[in-house]
Amino acid sequence: MSDPIIQIKDVNKWFGEFQVLKNINLEVEKNKKIVVCGPSGSGKSTLIRCINRLEEHQEGQIVVDGNELSENTKNIEQIRAEVGMVFQQFNLFPHLSILDNCTLAPIWVKQMPKKDAEELAMQHLEKVQISDQAFKYPGQLSGGQQQRCAIARALCMEPKIMLFDEPTSALDPEMIKEVLDAMVNLAKAGMTMIVVTHEMGFAKEVADEVIFMDEGMIVERAETKEFFANPKSDRTKLFLSQIL
Amino acid sequence: MKIVNITKDNFNNYLYSGILLIFISILDVFLNSFFSINTTSFLPDFLSFVLPLIVGFIGLYFIRVEHSGIKNLDIINKNINTNNFNAVLTLLIIFVIIKSLPPFLSWFIIDANIAGDSKESCTGTGACWTYIKIWLRRFIYGMYPNAEQWRINLSFISLTALGLVGFFATEKYKKYLTLYYVVIYPFISFLFIYFFISGGRIFFDFSYGIIAAAVSIILGFFIPNKFKLYYFLIVPITLYILLKYVFFFEEYIELGMIEGLVWVETGAWGGLSLTFIISFFCLIFCFPIGMALALGRRSDFPLIRYICIGFIEFWRGVPLITVLFMSSVMFPMFLPQDVYVDKLVRCIIAISLFEAAYVAEVIRGGLQALPRGQYDAAKSLGMGYWKMHIFVILPQALKLVIPGIANTFLALVKDTPLIFVVGLLEIVGMLNLAKTNPEWLGFAMEGYVFAAIIFWIICYAMSKYSYNLEIKYKTER
Repeated sequence: MSDPIIQIKDVNKWFGEFQVLKNINLEVEKNKKIVVCGPSGSGKSTLIRCINRLEEHQEGQIVVDGNELSENTKNIEQIRAEVGMVFQQFNLFPHLSILDNCTLAPIWVKQMPKKDAEELAMQHLEKVQISDQAFKYPGQLSGGQQQRCAIARALCMEPKIMLFDEPTSALDPEMIKEVLDAMVNLAKAGMTMIVVTHEMGFAKEVADEVIFMDEGMIVERAETKEFFANPKSDRTKLFLSQIL
Repeated sequence: MKIVNITKDNFNNYLYSGILLIFISILDVFLNSFFSINTTSFLPDFLSFVLPLIVGFIGLYFIRVEHSGIKNLDIINKNINTNNFNAVLTLLIIFVIIKSLPPFLSWFIIDANIAGDSKESCTGTGACWTYIKIWLRRFIYGMYPNAEQWRINLSFISLTALGLVGFFATEKYKKYLTLYYVVIYPFISFLFIYFFISGGRIFFDFSYGIIAAAVSIILGFFIPNKFKLYYFLIVPITLYILLKYVFFFEEYIELGMIEGLVWVETGAWGGLSLTFIISFFCLIFCFPIGMALALGRRSDFPLIRYICIGFIEFWRGVPLITVLFMSSVMFPMFLPQDVYVDKLVRCIIAISLFEAAYVAEVIRGGLQALPRGQYDAAKSLGMGYWKMHIFVILPQALKLVIPGIANTFLALVKDTPLIFVVGLLEIVGMLNLAKTNPEWLGFAMEGYVFAAIIFWIICYAMSKYSYNLEIKYKTER
């Protein structure tokens, strides 16, 4: 067993009066794939946004790859560079071509020479099978292609951890599969992944563990088979019965 | 119920009679307006007045056939003849244009004079373009001495040529264009204006300072890449200032003095050339200042934020004319005795700061319009504040606000006449001066029309350019 790459201890977070995260404790080991599910508003997105500090937690401790995230964190950009993130709304940069989207961060954040960055980007675009679209603009692509490009863009930074924030929720049913395929391939390549999703098929296929959240708390955490076969809490049972 | 029944068979009859009726109605108005012939004078006044409208309306009604198969007819029907109301509007607009053309043309061309070189040669009832012709030099160059005007011409021609470089740059040099236009081009323009249009003595600095700076620049190329930028930013300038002003004063400065061109003080500049100079520099300065203010207003640091808000609200709250007045009267009082800042420079600074406040708010609008996801995505890729803004946020925000920026810039160009309050006379100022000349009294109208045309050309060119930019940077489908 390797050391945990992400450690979350007693994290609490409020949006104004409303408490979104209540006493979250979570450890993720290297190369593990974790699926977070739960009803909307349960704080799953907030949780993974806290991991690369797009949201700030008010109490508790989050340690990513040995660096604690707090107000005093000086090298937050460096930590973020090692944590890739894929968003529900893709958030590609519409003013740049697909290739430029992928090379922007490697060139300017990692100071990679342009040629190398483009080579790397083409490799990753190849992996998600949109290398033929490299010179188009995001607006000219379908949703599924855009999301795959977003995955490639995150991969170009060669992150240690990948966070997925409901990557398939804004897609047509037909396009979900192509994105999930890309994610499955990534999982098989051994990436550490935390995925917020409602795609239980994906969870069954690749996840090592499944976490069920409700009302800002982790209700249940179990091995994937265990989770689907005999869930312990009633809330999980209810959720599963509705979603499956 | 339909009064006339247009079918496939009688369609052609209706079409020809309709066209004939429209032609008759337009001809009637045309004759009336150009030759004062009233073909229907035998009718009562009112009927005679509205008859062309009625005739034309019937004509348009006849030709209103859906999907006639004749391309031009379909275009007309679709655009100006969709229903009775639009048909009447169309006719009215055509009639108004025909009616207003004769007086317009007669004032502008037919009854106007351009020959001769004094007021007496203007005998017609129309415009006296002689006035513009005689004063054209003053309108363009202001009080700039006639013998020296080639300097303005030469500067403007070379600067225009240098400005067009962007259109001819090959793919290889495209990436340097931004640097060229943002830093180098304004600097060259400044040099041109300083040494050429202004003139005066030229100093070549031969102090120890410049030698040390030059040596340090050469040495700089052997410094590791990591520190190069900081080195070039700090060392040469510091050495220069230290050696020139602290250790050795201007010892050898006399060596490099050259009598340059005749010095022309800025008070004598004027006319259209001054409009261009002021507009150009104000546009260049107000844009980056406005951008910085827009970012500052959204900063997380309260101090920066409040300073920016205060600055913006102050400049937006005072009229430009007051600002210019202050710049000429109040500002010198705050300066030390022996420091003199030129009137034109003060004007340019004042207008730039004033317009920067507007530009800042326009750009902030663009920043506000970007979805939060763009910030999230940039951050999640490890970009810091500056990288995020330079590569992701500002390019998109600026693209969004091109129309707003163009708006502000047009307003800026049209605000330049206000510099008359500090005694600088650009084109409108020169007009005002010329119209009070005792030999040329009574030609204000021609002057203002001339100025209006000039301003319209400048502004229309700018607005066209902004449309082009919008299209060029449009990457959404």
